[in-house]
Amino acid sequence: MEDAVQEKYDAIIIGGGVVGCMVARWLSRYEMKVLLIEKCSDIGTATSSANTAIVHAGYDPLPGTLKARMNVEGNKMWDQLAGELNFAFERRGDYVVATTDEEFETVKTLMKQGEENGVPGMILLSGEEVKSREPEITPNVTGALWASTGGICDPFAVTVAAAENAVMNGVKVMLDTAFEDFVMEGKRIVGVKTNKGTFGCRWAINSAGLYADEVMHKAGVRPEFVIKPRVGEYFVLDRAEITINNVLFPTPTSKGKGILVTTTVHGNTIIGPNSVLKDDKELKAVTREGMNEIWDGALKLVPGLADKRRCIIAVFAGNRPLGNAPCKNPAVKYNSDFIIEIPEEVQGFVNLGGIESPGLTSAPAIAQEVVNLLKEAGEPMQEKADWNPIRLPRIHFRDLERRDQEKLVEKDPRYGRVICRCENVTEGDIIAEIHAPIPATNYDAIKRRTWCGTGRCQGGFDMPRVVAILAKELGVSPLEISKKGDESKFLQRPTKVTEG
Amino acid sequence: MTKDLYDVVVIGSGPGGLAAAIAAKKNGADDVLIIERDVELGGILLQCIHNGFGVEIFKEDLPGPGYAQRFINEALSLGIDTLLDTMVLDINANRRLYVTSKRHGFKEIHSRAIVLAMGCRERTRAQINLPGSRPAGVYTAGTAQRWTNVEGYMPGSHFVILGSGDIGMIMARRLTFEGAKVERVLELMPYLTGLTRNYVQCLLDYDIPLQLHHTVNRIIGNHRVEAIESVQVDDRLQPIAGTEEIIPCDTLLLSVGLIPENELSKMAGVKIDPITNGPFVNDEFQTNVPGIFAAGNVVHVYDLVDWVTEAGFSAGASAARYAVAERQKENRSIPMIAGENVRYIVPHRLDKSHMQEEDIRLQMRVRNPIEEPVWVEVHDGSNLITRKAEQYVRPGEMVTVELKPKHFAEVEKAQSLTVNIVKRK
Repeated sequence: MEDAVQEKYDAIIIGGGVVGCMVARWLSRYEMKVLLIEKCSDIGTATSSANTAIVHAGYDPLPGTLKARMNVEGNKMWDQLAGELNFAFERRGDYVVATTDEEFETVKTLMKQGEENGVPGMILLSGEEVKSREPEITPNVTGALWASTGGICDPFAVTVAAAENAVMNGVKVMLDTAFEDFVMEGKRIVGVKTNKGTFGCRWAINSAGLYADEVMHKAGVRPEFVIKPRVGEYFVLDRAEITINNVLFPTPTSKGKGILVTTTVHGNTIIGPNSVLKDDKELKAVTREGMNEIWDGALKLVPGLADKRRCIIAVFAGNRPLGNAPCKNPAVKYNSDFIIEIPEEVQGFVNLGGIESPGLTSAPAIAQEVVNLLKEAGEPMQEKADWNPIRLPRIHFRDLERRDQEKLVEKDPRYGRVICRCENVTEGDIIAEIHAPIPATNYDAIKRRTWCGTGRCQGGFDMPRVVAILAKELGVSPLEISKKGDESKFLQRPTKVTEG
Repeated sequence: MTKDLYDVVVIGSGPGGLAAAIAAKKNGADDVLIIERDVELGGILLQCIHNGFGVEIFKEDLPGPGYAQRFINEALSLGIDTLLDTMVLDINANRRLYVTSKRHGFKEIHSRAIVLAMGCRERTRAQINLPGSRPAGVYTAGTAQRWTNVEGYMPGSHFVILGSGDIGMIMARRLTFEGAKVERVLELMPYLTGLTRNYVQCLLDYDIPLQLHHTVNRIIGNHRVEAIESVQVDDRLQPIAGTEEIIPCDTLLLSVGLIPENELSKMAGVKIDPITNGPFVNDEFQTNVPGIFAAGNVVHVYDLVDWVTEAGFSAGASAARYAVAERQKENRSIPMIAGENVRYIVPHRLDKSHMQEEDIRLQMRVRNPIEEPVWVEVHDGSNLITRKAEQYVRPGEMVTVELKPKHFAEVEKAQSLTVNIVKRK
């Protein structure tokens, strides 16, 4: 009985990170019944929630790899995407900074690689030019690559906006729903077993991020493919303290892109990441060594940070799913390429794996690639007559001019009550997210959507108030409210109550 | 109902703010307003339900809410206005405030003097670069105190407290009363950072161990805190390898220092001392911005509330004096009204007291030419103050008339002066 199929879908997307949500949004355009399942209590909580928030130009990946093609194709899609989904995206451009003549040679190689990948808008700058453009840069700068198509975004907003647009266009999203296994008929996937029941499907799409290896193994695909979590640690600095105009990368080494200094769309300076291979996919811990490593790394690019360590307002770590898939092009020796395929071993399976950096940049291109693969596989992919690509922006009190704030408060007084004083987030902002198409039902979900609690007091003031608002709006006791899902409740019991 | 203009506006209704408002009212300020972001007056005192307040001022040992209530009663009986559940979004150097609230909407308020009494905020785990995961169960001591004492919920059962600040030690005792187990208090420094009396009354009396020269090496647990790893530190406060110890717990409270809350002060151009993190003030608690005063923990972090109250009294009295002087200056300043056939007058306003020392020349232009003799007359509404004869007036030619020290006696009572240009016949 427990295997009885509850409902049948044309496609089930496994995993609601930025890639899964983008695929959902792309599929929502077609006459297909689509379900997205996410094991956590919100979408976009793993790799999509803790990264550098950069839309990469595309000079990094090795030419000929899938990463290179997806990066460059993806980058071109962001202006339209941001326009349709209304999230914060700024094409600020980025620098790869050299501090020795040797490094400048590496930077020149990087530019050649970028040209080969088809990256537009790159130039080489002298040390003096870089100094005049970015006053905070190290005086040791010997030159830089400037890539004008590099951008920054709010990655939480991207994921939420894509998922909301998918929901608006008929996709069903189930949170707290964990993949357990596939239902197979011979070599064909016909359903997905979850902790919330079994659902039938003609296509299962693996966008499980850190767990993509385990999901594909359940389908009998690529048993040799393994994902290693690659931890990156970050610092966020108080907005008021230092201003970096653009994205500053160091010259990459064999170990990776290195520790960069960048700005967020909210104006905070962000520093990181390092790169440490770990075994535990769930552990997102920062370490003393890691914090020192990223701080030292940042000082090499921006020495003016030296007396700003007290301005750190947040420390976090993210896990990137480093895979071991060889590049499909045998001429290219590369063993951590993206997997985007309909494998031959099973039917009804779209397999995405190893989508680490530049995964965020590539997400729209990957979604388009999934559509292309399905078409090639004979899916009719008939466009809906009423598909609406526009997801309207949510009003945020903090972003409005004073006169508009005044009008908003007049219309809805809940926007007059400031809950997070550092970031000026109001009760109205929070309630709107609790009742949004993808409801925010815990503290971190509210935080990612509204920026509540991300300022210098880090929730010290707002946390009890947000818990109270969540409890009231969801109609439950404050004891039920969690930081990030049922296992992380804030409160344990009422204080002692006197009898009578 | 609140007014658009006040003598003194006080931001914050903790002990510093309440005392400032009371002192302002008692020292000559007519209209005083307290703006408070919480739903009732009292500030952080309302969650400090332990005793130890008022020993200096009242020679009594009161709990926080009781101490606050005495000042709240006095403020209300003095007729001080309040705006509760209201956040100040912005202040500028001209003492104009922009505030918002659910109940009262969006308001702009002008004040002759402002007392900043926003108190302080707690340092967070990021500011002390605390390593480990980011589960639920890591709270500042003040946040836990609010949950326990105001909202009536226990944030955990097995606690470790980092920092021997007063709030941390007081919470150790409070949580013990509520049936929780406080496993340990860790202090990075080789000495206690709070009051000795709190160490005795909150830790010793309840057998809660304090470890000096120890800190949290990492937080363990992905969803909820499962344990912390403690570590001993050396004289440079660096962890000593080999001294790590895993302490199982479900909650870590941080009592690692307070920082004066001056984001609004900075908006108004108030200069901040990098050592106290509070405004530079003179002996009247006035900041570098004229008319903006500051009192209490917003200036520097105090150990006893009684001293905060005293600072509030002092700042409030100074603010009142400033506001009264401002008001007198405003009363002395009267508008010049362009009357018959006068297009405008410069100056637009006149400080009457200046007439005592020197001639004031009023400069004006006429609307229409009058090609015959005219009087340029200065009236105060009922009486003619002075007049000057001209043969003609033309828009192209500026007209002037002087007010002299001998006119002061008459002008002193005037609310405005009007200039008319009329034909002599």
